[in-house]
Amino acid sequence: MKHIETKNVNAYYGENHVLKDISLTMKANTVTAFIGPSGCGKSTFLRCLNRMNDYIEGFRKEGDIFIEGEDIYDKKVRVEELRQKVGMVFQKPNPFPKTIFENVAYGLKIQGVKNKKILEEAVEKSLMKSALWAEVKDQLHKSALSLSGGQQQRLCIARTLAVEPTTILMDEPASALDPISTAKIEELISELKENYTIVIVTHNMQQAARVSDKTAFFYMGELIEYGKTKDLFTHPKHERTENYITGRFG
Amino acid sequence: MKRTGEKIIEVALSTSGLITILTSVGIIWVLVSESFSFFQVVSVWDFLTDTQWTPLFTQKHYGILPLLSGTFLVTAIAILTALPIGISIAVYLSEYAPKSFRKSIKPALEILAAVPTVVYGFFALTVVTPFLQSFIPDLGSFNALSAGIVMGIMIIPMISSLSEDALYALPKSLREASYGMGATRFQTAFKVAVPAASSGIIVSIILAIARAIGETMIVAIAAGQQPNLTADPREAVMTITAYIVQVSLGDVQHGSIEYKTIFAAGITLFVLTFVLNNISFWIKKKYQEKYE
Amino acid sequence: MNNTLKNRLIDSGFKYFAIFCTFFGLIVLAIFIIQILIEGVGRIDWGFLTSLPSRRASKAGILTAWTGTAWILGLTALISIPLGVAAGIYLEEYGKKNRLASIIEVNIANLAGVPSIIYGLLGLEIFVRTLNFGGSLLAGAFTLALLILPIIIVATREALKAVPKSLREASFGMGATKWQTIWYQTLPAASGGILTGIILALSRAVGETAPLIVIGALAYVPFVARTPMDEFTVLPMQIFNWVSRPQHGFIVNAAAAIIILLLITFVMNGIAIYLRNKWQKKVNW
Ligand SMILES: Nc1ncnc2c1ncn2[C@@H]1O[C@H](COP(=O)(O)OP(=O)(O)O)[C@@H](O)[C@H]1O
Ligand SMILES: [Mg+2]
Repeated sequence: MKHIETKNVNAYYGENHVLKDISLTMKANTVTAFIGPSGCGKSTFLRCLNRMNDYIEGFRKEGDIFIEGEDIYDKKVRVEELRQKVGMVFQKPNPFPKTIFENVAYGLKIQGVKNKKILEEAVEKSLMKSALWAEVKDQLHKSALSLSGGQQQRLCIARTLAVEPTTILMDEPASALDPISTAKIEELISELKENYTIVIVTHNMQQAARVSDKTAFFYMGELIEYGKTKDLFTHPKHERTENYITGRFG
Repeated sequence: MKRTGEKIIEVALSTSGLITILTSVGIIWVLVSESFSFFQVVSVWDFLTDTQWTPLFTQKHYGILPLLSGTFLVTAIAILTALPIGISIAVYLSEYAPKSFRKSIKPALEILAAVPTVVYGFFALTVVTPFLQSFIPDLGSFNALSAGIVMGIMIIPMISSLSEDALYALPKSLREASYGMGATRFQTAFKVAVPAASSGIIVSIILAIARAIGETMIVAIAAGQQPNLTADPREAVMTITAYIVQVSLGDVQHGSIEYKTIFAAGITLFVLTFVLNNISFWIKKKYQEKYE
Repeated sequence: MNNTLKNRLIDSGFKYFAIFCTFFGLIVLAIFIIQILIEGVGRIDWGFLTSLPSRRASKAGILTAWTGTAWILGLTALISIPLGVAAGIYLEEYGKKNRLASIIEVNIANLAGVPSIIYGLLGLEIFVRTLNFGGSLLAGAFTLALLILPIIIVATREALKAVPKSLREASFGMGATKWQTIWYQTLPAASGGILTGIILALSRAVGETAPLIVIGALAYVPFVARTPMDEFTVLPMQIFNWVSRPQHGFIVNAAAAIIILLLITFVMNGIAIYLRNKWQKKVNW
């Protein structure tokens, strides 16, 4: 079943044409990796999927994007609801300068949930899912900024999970972390796949190979190749892809 | 629901911003409308050329020149006091002083600008004037000199802080080029850094002048209340601001010509400071473009 | 004398001159404060703080003046804080590129340069006469609120600007609306800087004299204000009034009142500097 579908997506920052005719589909409960040299438009495309580019001055998009059959750029769509459904984890861990508890409860609070019991349950459940519960269960009311970088990133994942999204977008979620934290995040991605559709941007080819089912290779705003991760890494169809994954440029 | 809420909030916030525009419109409207009726009685020509200002006397003259000369005299003394000190501080902090000293002294200097001006007025009248009288015998107990000097002390941080920012923002390479040729810090500072930061320094001076022109309490207390067309700093003078204070303290009938004089004086003051401020904005903008 | 030696002499000569300049203003201020303390500190006692003004210097106190200052401080804060912070939020978070915002911005820069006595003329016509507040606390507070509005707006903007973009993105990414993001994340993160600006602005209002003279605040008010519509005086007005009198007794009173006024000003500035330092440390998350 198509979970995400994009049709001829073009994007511009002012005059700068950064995405060219991107059409692809992603299935539910899979992990899709976006790879490509820096500046090729991976982040821009990812951010189109939950409309995080809406506030950027001079940004313009053409083409359609459907998630679970709904045109997400339709006028009727509430962008806030969309983002609850399609969560996002950023490159640098960006917890709110508040307690761990408040970080995870934030999404529900802004939806108007006030019941303490419900919040506590949701916080526990989300922290469990992000494999952070054991480490922080005794310090829920300490500042999130006191956590290590890897823990902060898993907290950001927990925060996203708390609003029960169907889709999680991750923009180089491990690039600012040490190898052990990175391994934990990758493990987590594999577990989360059971219940969520995940799109991850990475510049680390091994990571893409390890965690993803399908991989899309971008180059200068174009989608050069898209296919099963296994195939793309072993038998790339395009020379550019091959050059990139074998490290000849990029 | 959420969307309407968001829209209402945005409108409420922008309304608060609009109040600042209303304030400006209000200021201009008040000044223009009241001085308009003033200028129906007194001709603009007389206002600008008559050398006497005696609206509260029976022999009435409405020449703004004595007030302007008083204002400029005190301002000039203030700038002459603050400029060498302020620039020296700026150069010292950006070119000589250790970073930690710079960081702790800047807020300390700001204290000078935080002291209420009525306090400076008291200082000028009761400390500085008697002190100056000890070696300038014919100095009056109200005079332009001590008001100007004290005002200068007050505006030191304006000049030093803005000039220092301008100096500090210069690229390091500029100074290194000069040091590399064997120049001393003094030479580097005054031959390279100060000229390169000149627009920022000039902006600081213009803003300081505008501030001095609009300053009220120091002159109202220490400079005397006599509209005097003079350049002698030992004499008592009256500034535009001091005149407005004098009238406000008295019993002037609303709607009378005396009442309207404070708006005519006010619009003169407003135009002066407005022009100076905008010259400084213009220089700042030009200078930013150059570096971007 | 050889050239290098001469240059080095000039160099170190200037250095010591500049160090002298750096401390000159502070030394002068210190001398002045010591003078004031010598003159006035003996005059401060319970009676001075709790007495009404009087034509006899030795009987006069500052009760009406400091209560008036407290009233003005409170009312000005009530008016200026919500307006200033709201306008700052609008300019920084909403109006980045629209015309209205850029007009407001230029306008604020201009307002910040308008002499305070001009605000007095505005207050006199608008609040005292047109709105008929008379020479009341309310008229004074509105006048001073307009005067310090640009300071609060600019401080709010600076503080919001310092909040990292990632914090806003995190909140938007969770599905928060713009206002929710501002209210729950950006504003709390900026609150230290905003508070610093507010306190500095209010300390400025406490020290203002000229605009209040123009709107007709009185030097001699023989009763403590009970409502915002009452006539009033404030500490700087009282000082100005006493300074203008020839008898030495009143000069002593002025010095004593200045000690109180400076105390208020320095405490407010001290709090502001403390908050600023604390906040600057925290901002580097
Ligand atoms: N906020 C922005 N404003 C203007 N141009 C941008 C912005 N963000 C990205 N770009 C430009 O868009 C192109 C694609 O950037 P991005 O999507 O971040 O690439 P990637 O994530 O693959 O490194 C780059 O040329 C970049 O300079
Ligand atoms: Mg990127």
